[in-house]
Amino acid sequence: MKRWFPILGIVTLALLSYALYEALVAAPTERTMGDVQRIFYYHVPSAWTAFLLFFLNFVASIQYLVRRKPGVDRIANWIVLGIAVAICIGAYVVPPPAGVERSAVATTGLAVAAIYFLVRKLFPGDRADILAVVTAEVGVVFCTIVLITGPLWARPVWGIWWAPGDIRLTSTLVLWLIYIAYLMLRKFSSSGNTAVIAAVLAVFGALDVPLVYFSIWFFRTQHPQPVIGGGGSIDPRMMQVLLINWVAFLFFAYLVSWSRYRLEVIKREVERAQGMQELMETRAR
Amino acid sequence: MSGVTRATLIKDLRLEWRSKDAINSMLFFALLVVVVFSFSFDPIAEESRRIAGGLIWVAFLFASVVALNETWARELRNQVLDAYRVSPAPANSLFVAKALGNFIFVCVLEALMAPLFIVFYNLRALGPAYQLLIVAPLGTWALVVNGTFFAALSIRTRAREIMLPLLLFPISIPAILGMVSATTAILSGENSARFYIVLLAVYDVVFTIACLALFETVLHAE
Amino acid sequence: MTSGAAQSSPIIVVDNLIKQFGRFAALRGVSAEFVAGKMYAILGDNGAGKTTLLRTMAGLNHPTRGSVSILGNRNLREICGEIGYMAHPSLLYDEMSGMENLRYFGQLYGIADEERCRAAIRAVALDPELERPVGQYSQGMRQRMSLARALLNDPKILLLDEPFSNVDLRSAREMVALLGRMRNAGKTIFVVTHQASLLDGAADEFVWMEAGRIVSRTESFERVAREMGEDARSSEDMEKRR
Repeated sequence: MKRWFPILGIVTLALLSYALYEALVAAPTERTMGDVQRIFYYHVPSAWTAFLLFFLNFVASIQYLVRRKPGVDRIANWIVLGIAVAICIGAYVVPPPAGVERSAVATTGLAVAAIYFLVRKLFPGDRADILAVVTAEVGVVFCTIVLITGPLWARPVWGIWWAPGDIRLTSTLVLWLIYIAYLMLRKFSSSGNTAVIAAVLAVFGALDVPLVYFSIWFFRTQHPQPVIGGGGSIDPRMMQVLLINWVAFLFFAYLVSWSRYRLEVIKREVERAQGMQELMETRAR
Repeated sequence: MSGVTRATLIKDLRLEWRSKDAINSMLFFALLVVVVFSFSFDPIAEESRRIAGGLIWVAFLFASVVALNETWARELRNQVLDAYRVSPAPANSLFVAKALGNFIFVCVLEALMAPLFIVFYNLRALGPAYQLLIVAPLGTWALVVNGTFFAALSIRTRAREIMLPLLLFPISIPAILGMVSATTAILSGENSARFYIVLLAVYDVVFTIACLALFETVLHAE
Repeated sequence: MTSGAAQSSPIIVVDNLIKQFGRFAALRGVSAEFVAGKMYAILGDNGAGKTTLLRTMAGLNHPTRGSVSILGNRNLREICGEIGYMAHPSLLYDEMSGMENLRYFGQLYGIADEERCRAAIRAVALDPELERPVGQYSQGMRQRMSLARALLNDPKILLLDEPFSNVDLRSAREMVALLGRMRNAGKTIFVVTHQASLLDGAADEFVWMEAGRIVSRTESFERVAREMGEDARSSEDMEKRR
């Protein structure tokens, strides 16, 4: 993997440059908002990347917790499979919400299960905890970008910095707060089992997110609020630029996460080696 | 309620009654909060009924954080928690007892602060006032169940007292939105609080289950 | 007295126990077998790992590697009703009286019978009717009440961490006598202490720990006194002068 790093770096740089060009120059100018709208190409992909990373954190945390007891681990596998199957079947039985394709829902269900088992396979034992730390840290960075670009976009276009009823922006803010709390918990922990405590908090956070979403959704239906970011359809050419930027961001996120992962792995190996050395001492120092 | 839960709850209530430490300081703190709020947000204004819901619950939130920080203080003093961990008593019994104790305590605080708010803000419910009696316990349990759990998490950290609100506030946001919106809806009578009551109930169920499922893990973490 | 066969089967087996706190290794591979019905004194300098060993046996610390097996069980939660644990902090509520404390802790073990609480308090030579809150006890009384709490569930195994520290000599001697009686009744007792001389004549075996390992086990106090050198002799001198 180390050999691939420079190549990956160059590819990422190329992609980011290309994406930047596309976003700032090549993409068509938006009819009503003008050039300010171009910040959208940073705002949305950052959000998708952050959500993906936080989802990985959730999966890694659950993995870490269930792995402590083999019986619970097996049950969890079956539950995840069950949920995936239920979503796939449900996608074709229950009419999906407006604007969402049935196949998209089914694919999401399969993707969730696939990610769970991939994480299980690729990150055994302690590695799941390292994955959790990495995804939380990088996720917070991308989430911060979302929260900064959001108001920067909103102010010139809609005249306000923030709308408390804006469901996406507010949900993102809560998610950001939860993960800042997560990182602080890890930093301030004086326990020997920091990984377990952090994983527990991540589970609570994940349970909270749908509730946040629904609470704001209903609040909005009772108190109509301006919608930042607009809704509705999007020009296919713009969608293309959006996806290019997302791919570039994903590469970048992967690069940064991988570096951080390696750093954490090495750090823990050093600690383990020092611990082993301590064990071998015949006298205490 | 299991024997351990009952015994723990009774012991906590008895100790609280005997020392009256927390009660006295909490009561005075609650009064101060109401007074400060009444100076900061003009209670005579027309809008007072709209913002009262938010003010009341923010005041309860801060008052309950001060109470929640004390949840495990007695158990930490002489490492009594070790005695609990060594015994065969189930971890959840301890959790339920502590959560119920906190619940009772915060409800007492609310019962004392609410009349003060009514007086200072000349509040009158234009909607169905009985619903407030449903919203209050649901909202309080939402704060207390997670608060008791995160207080236990905070024990294993260095900055224990600031860690609790740091962890509690983000997670409580849907519940706070629910409590405030429901109270505002009832006081102003402008819309139905029903959805928010359902939201609070769902929140309570989800997180009570989560706390019961994970407390043993947290208690026995070193 | 128990038969020889029952005495020889180990009740606690420690297998290559390693406990690390970050980089610091508190236990560096402790392996030992302990037999039922004996009193073991665990001695050693500060930082030798005595407290960590005891806490791991009580299930309060989780091994980094290796295992502790008590009564044939590696999962210590299953047999925790057979263990009594006592540490230097009193593990009692300062604001409650002795009886109130024991009544509560009895509930944790499913003991509803108040007479058992009174019996435990009387066994440590304290008055069950004393209304004074534990926080106002002298150190000796508090340690004895803590011992009463550890005895409450009539455990097969007692794990006592520094039970005599800051305790006056008379109370300490009474506690040792009580522990001897418990051992004779079939309990297995572990006492971590700096004051080895107190257990001279009471303990069946002295276990010496150093730097996270057990370096010697002996049944004779004279050997311990020799190993400790001046420390043992000076504490004996101090006792003679009292």
